[in-house]
Amino acid sequence: MMMTGDWIDVGALGEIPLRGARTIKMGAGGEEIAIFHTSGGKVYALVNRCPHKQGPLSQGIVHGDAVACPLHNWRISLATGEALGEDEGCVPTIPVRVDAGRVLISRIAMLTTLAAA
Amino acid sequence: MQALDFQRPHGGLFSFWSLKMDFQGTGIGPDERDDGPRRGDVQRLVVIGNGMAGCRAVEEILARDPGRFRITIFGAEPHVNYNRIMLSPLLAGEKSFAEIVINDAAWYADNGIELVAGDPVAAIDRAARTVTSESGRTVGYDRLLIATGSDPFIIPVPGRDLPGVVSFRDMKDVDAMLAAAGKGGDAVVIGGGLLGLEAAHGLTLRGMKVTVIHLMPTLMERQLDEAAGWLLKTELEARGQTILTGADTAEIVGDGRVEGVKLKDGRTIPASLVVMAVGIRPSTALARAAGLAVGRGVQVDDHMVTSDPAILAVGECIEHDGQVYGLVAPLWEMCRALADGLVAQPTGYRGSVTSTKLKVSGIDVFSAGDFAGGDGAEDIVLRDAARGVYKRVVLREDRVVGAVLYGDTADGGWYFDLLRKGEDVAPIRDVIIFGQAFAQGGGQADPKAAVAALSDDAEICGCNGVSKGKVVASIQAGACSLDAVRATCKASASCGSCTGLVEKLLALALGDAVEAGPKTICKCSSFTHDDVRREIVAQELRSIPEVMQKLHWTTPDGCSSCRPALNYYLLCAWPGAYVDDQQSRFVNERLHANIQKDGTYSVVPRMWGGLTNPRELRAIADVVEKYNAPMVKVTGGQRLDIFGIRKEDLPAVWADLNAAGMVSGHAYGKALRTVKTCVGSEWCRFGTQDSTGLGVQAEKMSWGSWMPHKFKIAVSGCPRNCAEATIKDFGIVCVDSGYELHVGGNGGIKVRATDFLCKVSTEQQALDHCAAFIQLYREDAWYLERTAPWIERVGIDYVRRRIVDDEVGREALTARFLFSQSFSQDDPWAARAGGADREQHAHLGEFRPVQLLAAE
Ligand code: SRM
Ligand SMILES: Cc1cc2nc3c(=O)[nH]c(=O)nc-3n(C[C@H](O)[C@H](O)[C@H](O)COP(=O)(O)OP(=O)(O)OC[C@H]3O[C@@H](n4cnc5c(N)ncnc54)[C@H](O)[C@@H]3O)c2cc1C
Ligand code: SF4
Ligand code: FES
Repeated sequence: MMMTGDWIDVGALGEIPLRGARTIKMGAGGEEIAIFHTSGGKVYALVNRCPHKQGPLSQGIVHGDAVACPLHNWRISLATGEALGEDEGCVPTIPVRVDAGRVLISRIAMLTTLAAA
Repeated sequence: MQALDFQRPHGGLFSFWSLKMDFQGTGIGPDERDDGPRRGDVQRLVVIGNGMAGCRAVEEILARDPGRFRITIFGAEPHVNYNRIMLSPLLAGEKSFAEIVINDAAWYADNGIELVAGDPVAAIDRAARTVTSESGRTVGYDRLLIATGSDPFIIPVPGRDLPGVVSFRDMKDVDAMLAAAGKGGDAVVIGGGLLGLEAAHGLTLRGMKVTVIHLMPTLMERQLDEAAGWLLKTELEARGQTILTGADTAEIVGDGRVEGVKLKDGRTIPASLVVMAVGIRPSTALARAAGLAVGRGVQVDDHMVTSDPAILAVGECIEHDGQVYGLVAPLWEMCRALADGLVAQPTGYRGSVTSTKLKVSGIDVFSAGDFAGGDGAEDIVLRDAARGVYKRVVLREDRVVGAVLYGDTADGGWYFDLLRKGEDVAPIRDVIIFGQAFAQGGGQADPKAAVAALSDDAEICGCNGVSKGKVVASIQAGACSLDAVRATCKASASCGSCTGLVEKLLALALGDAVEAGPKTICKCSSFTHDDVRREIVAQELRSIPEVMQKLHWTTPDGCSSCRPALNYYLLCAWPGAYVDDQQSRFVNERLHANIQKDGTYSVVPRMWGGLTNPRELRAIADVVEKYNAPMVKVTGGQRLDIFGIRKEDLPAVWADLNAAGMVSGHAYGKALRTVKTCVGSEWCRFGTQDSTGLGVQAEKMSWGSWMPHKFKIAVSGCPRNCAEATIKDFGIVCVDSGYELHVGGNGGIKVRATDFLCKVSTEQQALDHCAAFIQLYREDAWYLERTAPWIERVGIDYVRRRIVDDEVGREALTARFLFSQSFSQDDPWAARAGGADREQHAHLGEFRPVQLLAAE
């Protein structure tokens, strides 16, 4: 893991399965961040915690730009973190970008997320 | 992430500094020193880079004011300016060098341009306003234009410097490839993007056997979505290329010359030529060394001026508004803005939206804008399997934001135009996917009106050759639903791509009287589960993207309902051949454990027929202690469930259980769960047969099989039925004279007692009937339909006919089940404990909050 400036290199895009996610763990017992890779090639980062009852979103089925939570099947928008359809709730998203096949996430946003957790 | 470090200029360095000293000493302006004084207000323009952007900028300047500058162009390549994008057709043998030249020697001469070709600039001196070339030639400037393009990115693996490893950027690379191709043999192209695929195409046409190695799971993932990437891969494979996706290069091997590429998974692909086409980096070394502001590229303002007002930059080497570009279209706009700012009325560059085409003859691919969708985005998908067409237009707030086209790209320009103009497409939304001709065809933006306007002999269903007249006739004759139309005139009964048209004809003819059809698999498709299952077998569809393409899925990658269903249907249809798609499985089946409300997992090892022994019990006890499992419980299925295991610890837990001889109990799966037994004739005073032993045999036969839903078996030793066999999917009740077989029971949400199937006299017959029943259920039922609702739907008589009356059919079912089982009885836990799919259990990264702060 490389940490310089505002973006933190957390790994290669190739390590995140297509239509899947991998997690970043922040300290013992800390919050997890889920990094998603969609079939359209987009990458998103969200706190790994369903707004319903904290289900690990990283383990859900990814389709389009949404994930179905593995616990009770809420659909969460990967772009905004908001629950779709009938359900209501929102999980924080974290700015993420890909450069030369490496996944970079925003350090400030991670710190803010940590502080809020 | 700078790929190319600044190379200190060799020979040129000293003369450079000494010249600079001269100027400072004499105080003479730079251009006086070179060749004569200024004439009037003619200024000196030096261009670094004799490529597409540099020369275009010069053309734009000349067009506005031919007399403003005296121009010198330095080019690293020993050629006049040629069209770089045509290197692909050149490699493929479709064009000659003469045909791809943009500006020939006469152009330079006619415009009084001095071309220094084959002598790259080694340094810029901003104080003295001079550039010095590698050979030591120094030229002064009033304005300097940097147009150095990009450098190919070379992945830092061992062997990258071996002879025979080339990039794909300029004429020299093409010459090297042609020389290698002349000898035939194997070529490996690393990189399945635009450049790599064009290189692979060219080399294939030149007679080489080409393998493309691509790190990502789909080709051209930056331009294409999964569906289009799959079509492209299929087509290239049909042309004889080998495409390895998800393949990571470890090393290029060879003794003195390249001999092959070794992948991280251990495979080695032989090759006498390796083309690296994994990406490009703006060529910024000169600018950086000169102290100009450089980010990902040389930073410029809207008029292409760098942080030094005397220096401009244009082309792939620049960064504008945080963006860098790797295509030619933006260059034209940049060059226009540059010339306007330099010699005319400044207009300014505002960034470009780009579109991509692949230049591989016979393959039409188009992509533009943001096709990944995202929030508030709406996908419109059209698939025409017969023609191999996939079209996807992405809308946001009624404006086109992206498009991916495969197979028919005629409307690419139109979509791109709508996208760039940000036009409101609400009025043509329903027909936009059919293309410009249809959407703008004489005010027929209403799809119903468009269909109404079709003539009676217009063909509706291409597969079955059904005209509009015939469809209308069958509707008028009483076919009031899609299904009825399919049944009477066959329209839309095959590939289904005309379903939309038929529905519109129904709506036109009947208005509200149209009857709803049977339930489709999900909202992504107009097909029912039965249709999908039938077509998978009939058309030999072998992967999820293929099913989606051939059956006209209306979403790019399905949803969480259809993906698991398709994955199961394919697995059932092609045992041993189909490769399971893990991402289409619910978490429990992906992690081989049951997820709990707190995100931990429960682990249930198999206890054959409910039997256990001290060794197993000890292993379970040890696991409970070793991993601090907060609870261990006897389940309703006659085995032990260990709770509260973390995802990361699962493989280690399984390894410990495996060591005691236990395998996965599939308590998480749409699969065989438990086989409950009672003690039977061995101990029980009423027992008639060995129900325990038979239960163990049934479990050994059927474990590991994937099913439409979970499946439970029980064997009771007498009609007292202590194993509750009559509320199981398959129940055996032993009697003195043999075995009574029962099916379709359910003890869950809605209790259903079994239907009696038949009575048999031997254990083997009981097992054979069990296998046949499971296979019938596997082949017939809809995904997530348990045996109870399935039998209520098809009727127990149907099941009896297939299993009891039709002996040959039953034997065939049994044989198919056993064949399928020969591939599925591997313990998934052992594989995982051995390291397979390690990433499923590991975090991508882990760090402590202090590390985050330390980075500040
Ligand atoms: C562990 C266990 C309860 C127990 O502690 O005894 C259990 C636990 C769950 N059952 Fe069950 N069922 C358990 C025996 C049963 C039984 C009894 C049996 O098998 O004899 C039944 C009724 C018989 C039947 O299936 O017809 C049963 C009927 C259900 C149902 C309703 C099924 C139905 O068709 O109506 C569900 C829901 C479903 O599958 O959709 C369910 C679902 C579940 C789930 C998977 C709920 C979930 O999705 O998380 C529970 C998983 C907990 C876990 O992590 O292990 N469980 N469940 C039993 C595991 C047996 C085993 O060794 O594998
Ligand atoms: C095989 C291939 C196919 C392509 N196909 C397409 C396509 O279909 N569509 C599309 O839009 N784009 C395509 N491109 C990309 C397109 O060619 C580039 O976007 C375009 O050429 C960029 O123009 P440029 O002037 O910035 O860089 P270049 O055209 O690369 O020009 C830069 C020039 O500067 C020279 N140079 C570098 N450093 C120095 C120095 N220190 N001194 C002197 N000279 C120097 C280089 O040698 C080069 O000649 C393709 C590229 C390649 C390689
Ligand atoms: S009965 Fe309900 S609560 Fe109990 S294990 Fe089964 S699903 Fe869970
Ligand atoms: S916790 Fe995610 S849907 Fe309930």
